[in-house]
Amino acid sequence: MKKSIQGKVFVLGDDVDTDQIIPAQYLSYNPAIPEERKMFGVYALCGVPDAQSGLPKGNIPFVPKGDKTSPYTIIVGGKNFGCGSSREHAPISLQAAGIEAVIAEFYARIFFRNSVNGGYLIPFETPKRLCEKISTGDELKIDLEKNEFANLTTGKTYPLTPLGDIVPIIEAGDVFKYAKQSGMLDN
Amino acid sequence: MAMTLTENILARAAKRNEVVPGENIWIDVDVLMTHDVCGPGTIGIFKDKFGEDAKVWDKEKVVIIPDHYIYTADQKAHRNIDILREFVKEQDLPHYYDVGTDRYKGVCHIALAEEGHTRPGEILFGTDSHTCTAGAFGQFATGIGNTDAGFIMGTGKLWVKVPPTMRFVFDGELPPYLMAKDLILRIIGDIGVGGATYRAMEFAGDGVYSLNMEERMTLCNMVIEGGGKNGVIEPDQVTLDFVKSKTDKPFEVIRAQEGAQYYMEKVYKSKDLEPVVAKPHSPDNKANVSEVKGTNVDRAYIGSCTGGKITDFIAAAKILKGNQVKTQTFVMPATTEVARNLKIEKLDGKTLEQIFLDSGATIGPSSCGACLGGPLDTLGRLNGDEICISTTNRNFPGRMGSKSSAVYLASPYTVAASALTGKITDPRDFI
Ligand code: SF4
Repeated sequence: MKKSIQGKVFVLGDDVDTDQIIPAQYLSYNPAIPEERKMFGVYALCGVPDAQSGLPKGNIPFVPKGDKTSPYTIIVGGKNFGCGSSREHAPISLQAAGIEAVIAEFYARIFFRNSVNGGYLIPFETPKRLCEKISTGDELKIDLEKNEFANLTTGKTYPLTPLGDIVPIIEAGDVFKYAKQSGMLDN
Repeated sequence: MAMTLTENILARAAKRNEVVPGENIWIDVDVLMTHDVCGPGTIGIFKDKFGEDAKVWDKEKVVIIPDHYIYTADQKAHRNIDILREFVKEQDLPHYYDVGTDRYKGVCHIALAEEGHTRPGEILFGTDSHTCTAGAFGQFATGIGNTDAGFIMGTGKLWVKVPPTMRFVFDGELPPYLMAKDLILRIIGDIGVGGATYRAMEFAGDGVYSLNMEERMTLCNMVIEGGGKNGVIEPDQVTLDFVKSKTDKPFEVIRAQEGAQYYMEKVYKSKDLEPVVAKPHSPDNKANVSEVKGTNVDRAYIGSCTGGKITDFIAAAKILKGNQVKTQTFVMPATTEVARNLKIEKLDGKTLEQIFLDSGATIGPSSCGACLGGPLDTLGRLNGDEICISTTNRNFPGRMGSKSSAVYLASPYTVAASALTGKITDPRDFI
């Protein structure tokens, strides 16, 4: 597992559901085909209503027009991030766009599982609501050993909830590697 | 410690005497379901991880039901069904419901029940969040992603965290103007869209046991909109009669143990409840119909795994019978069996199909349709700034198509009543 993750943050609000992360009309791309998988990055977060896209100001595209990936590395969200459908296309699209970690108050269960078991990104939880305290474009640095992150733009530091029992899966890489290491799957 | 229904089912699947909430356990899977949107990705992961020539762990236990993008010109959608077809052939899978054949069904959660794949006491995983629908049969059923599904395809196992159970009791039979949809929208409005995250939701009380299986499925269908992992109802004779009419497969009824501990219990008096809607743009944005009546709508949609079963259409037909709709109205039977029953089921000598056509509604083919928006050419999709009242389950921004559309969720009674007036209307005006 990495020791730190650093990059620009994109801020969103509560209940960002999987239809906003990757709208249904793009689900006919097959993530198992590498060329088509890239398209999920192109359309990542394009279903977010404009006023909520890149808080606090809004109206900021997550992926600039014409680009295939996003300039942002980390997402900060509010409550219930990733609610809605079970589509694994959701964490895949965030990863394809360049996201390495999401920081939210709490997650919808299936999105959380998919992110961890597929090894796409690390879903961190925070004990306090932060989506109003951080601005899109700030530079964040997550310290995975100390369970905290710093906003390098403002100089403030915030605690993260320890990842707990998903650490072995994140350390292994994905659920397959974890199952092999723990003897559940033959090599 | 005495176990709840959900804990007891999970303990059996883990071959353990006891499990407690919060524990991570590996369980054996009885049925894995996938469809055209998540099947190709799942198959890709299965082949990548287990090898090109790998075989699924048990071909009797894999069920593949294409349903999402069927009636569209989107070539990739057709290509995805070809991927399913090829995989089924290569693996010689018996439970495949192919598009364009007599076996084609439509919406997977309803098809699973109609074809006898939902059985008490079992473990069902599906690559669709509404897999929780099958908890109505007293089983543990929940949605997963492609990676987990690929893992199950190869091993027949999955790790799960045992959820604590929230129990919702409806005391007393339902008044005639209420449907299961009113009950579940009420609960979600009370607990919020994240209110049951990481937990099981169990339904009980004579209000629940007076419902038929389709209505019980509607209750369990929407637990995911409360963030729940699974919804569950302990089987009774109604459950057993239904399941035995669909399958000869043996199953074991599992119940809660005496003295089981619940995370919380909430009791509703059925007779005190009113018809409710979820306003845009969240399933927990609850209002009594009486509070929002008169709000203009320009589309009514009756369909999906939540509101496209024959019970839903019988309810809608009771209100539409002999009347003309004032707003564009879509009738979208979830499965081909429901579609056939529209031609058979009668009210006052007229088939439901005749009642709908006479009222001016459009009847669409069996599939997920515009419930999730889908490809741009999907019948009933909201392509502009329409305001739709719908029997479906989600109304987050853009769920039924365009980001600038708005969706009210309601029972088939309320949707049908609103279709007749072009405004949100209390079904009690017509019942
Ligand atoms: S009908 Fe709607 S909610 Fe049900 S499975 Fe299809 S898309 Fe999902």
